[in-house]
Amino acid sequence: MNEFAAQHPLLVVVLPKVVVLLFVLLTALAYLTWFERKVVAHIQARWGPYRVGPHGLLQPLADGVKFLFKEDVTPAGADKFAYYLAPFLAMSLAITSIAVIPFGPKGLTIFGQETPTGITNLNIGLLILFAITSMGVYGVALAGWSSNSKYPLLGGLRSSAQMISYELALTMSVVGVILMAGTFNLSEIVTSQQGFHWGFVPRWNLIGAPMPQVLGFLLFFTAAVAETNRAPFDLAEAESELVAGFHTEYASFKFAMFFMAEYASMITVSCLATILFFGGWLSPFPQNSLFAWTHYIPAAAFALAGIALFAHGVRYITIFGRVVLPFLGVVLFGLGVLFGLPAVIEFVQGPFWFLLKIAIFLFIYVWVRGTLPRFRYDQLMNFGWKVLLPLSIVNVVITSLAIVLTQP
Amino acid sequence: MITPQIAMFLILAAVVVAGALSLIVQRHPIHSALSLIVVMVALAGLYLLQGAEFVAAVQIIVYAGAIMVLFIFVIMLLNAGEEERSNVSRLARFVGVPLGIAFLVEVAYWIGRATAHLGTPPEEMVSTRELSSLLFREFVFPFELTSFLILIALLGALVLARREESD
Repeated sequence: MNEFAAQHPLLVVVLPKVVVLLFVLLTALAYLTWFERKVVAHIQARWGPYRVGPHGLLQPLADGVKFLFKEDVTPAGADKFAYYLAPFLAMSLAITSIAVIPFGPKGLTIFGQETPTGITNLNIGLLILFAITSMGVYGVALAGWSSNSKYPLLGGLRSSAQMISYELALTMSVVGVILMAGTFNLSEIVTSQQGFHWGFVPRWNLIGAPMPQVLGFLLFFTAAVAETNRAPFDLAEAESELVAGFHTEYASFKFAMFFMAEYASMITVSCLATILFFGGWLSPFPQNSLFAWTHYIPAAAFALAGIALFAHGVRYITIFGRVVLPFLGVVLFGLGVLFGLPAVIEFVQGPFWFLLKIAIFLFIYVWVRGTLPRFRYDQLMNFGWKVLLPLSIVNVVITSLAIVLTQP
Repeated sequence: MITPQIAMFLILAAVVVAGALSLIVQRHPIHSALSLIVVMVALAGLYLLQGAEFVAAVQIIVYAGAIMVLFIFVIMLLNAGEEERSNVSRLARFVGVPLGIAFLVEVAYWIGRATAHLGTPPEEMVSTRELSSLLFREFVFPFELTSFLILIALLGALVLARREESD
């Protein structure tokens, strides 16, 4: 088997990784919709999905089946080619960008083949990510134009103008991080953030030396929310003005693909924010004997969550829930026990902290959507060109000055 | 002898040529713009094949991602419709077409002669660091001069597009 793997690394090592990552990503996308509906509901003092499965856990499945069985309408006079191309473009680009994200520090070893955790590790990973995101606008713009309908056209126009405006600020805001790390390689950007101030405050780029990138992070996250067309920058689909914006004329699974693209880019942006400013997979605790217990945090978190879910599940209102929820609790507890084993404990550290940070960013995304009202179009343009862009240039100048002054 | 690299080159080159042809033949401006995007992306692939990863990424970010978005934006904003096919004029048929073909043959001949002895593409990628030190040390004056030229063009466009002050 090892010889076969050495001869066909693409088939044995890369392909399984792609399949597994795709499976995990698509499941995560489905449950992100559930997560968003739940969180927004609780922000607005509602319950959110509750009927389909315990706590609405089967809602994504029901939605998916419903999307598949809806009639797929093509509006009369639509430009067929562009109309069919747009959702494919949006979704494939959004999913491709996840390929350059590193999920953990060390390489995996599959059948004797060393390979990075993540699909690939590129020297220009960050640039490739920006290249893919910059292409993402075509999905929205083409969808708006090809529908041959006024509201989608307005949505597509708004979206392309918005993306051109905010892409500049987005790219400029990470220049500070690139200057401090000296590389475009995402793994190396993470490893450059190792170490601690005074022994316990992590030297992540957000609070790193020589120039803390707090401004850079705020600019990056604002521009990224705009770039992913999410509230409060979702003018491309402003339902109070444009019905549903660029995807008004889309039905069935093509409509679902736009949604999946949107959630996939949310995940990518969260990954990027974590890697660039929050130390990626690095643990927030120092690796000395005083903090040795922090290695058991992943195991303990999973085990406690499992116990809590079990205790809650046995008293759930429906019988189905009384079966499913305790079962999930047992599974989580089992994972917790597994993560505490000496053979696994080192490996789960990186992915655990990474996924935890991503989850926090996804929560912030939803939180922002549930809290802030939508921008007006002229405010959006003014904000992008007159506030974000100048501030990001200031950030670049200050950071390079700090680097030049502190270097001997 | 077809190595994977040559195969990749042939595929990408075919895509570039097909995209460029479709750019001219398409009757709708948006379809032409889409063909141009295909050309840009395939060109980036060719750069990557030559080991220029930074140039390839920048090609996609700048040309396919920014400039072509502006093209599409303007086409959508003006809501440009399909072009109508008109008959080829007599001048174009008897002078333009033969001259065009002659020019094409000449260019193909000279490119063919210049590239008769192709070197092998580099094994290693050219690192961004090397490229930047070339740009900002050895070629810093041409580089800055080019950006100055672009700035002048930008100012010119601004002056032309500015509305007259009504007084």
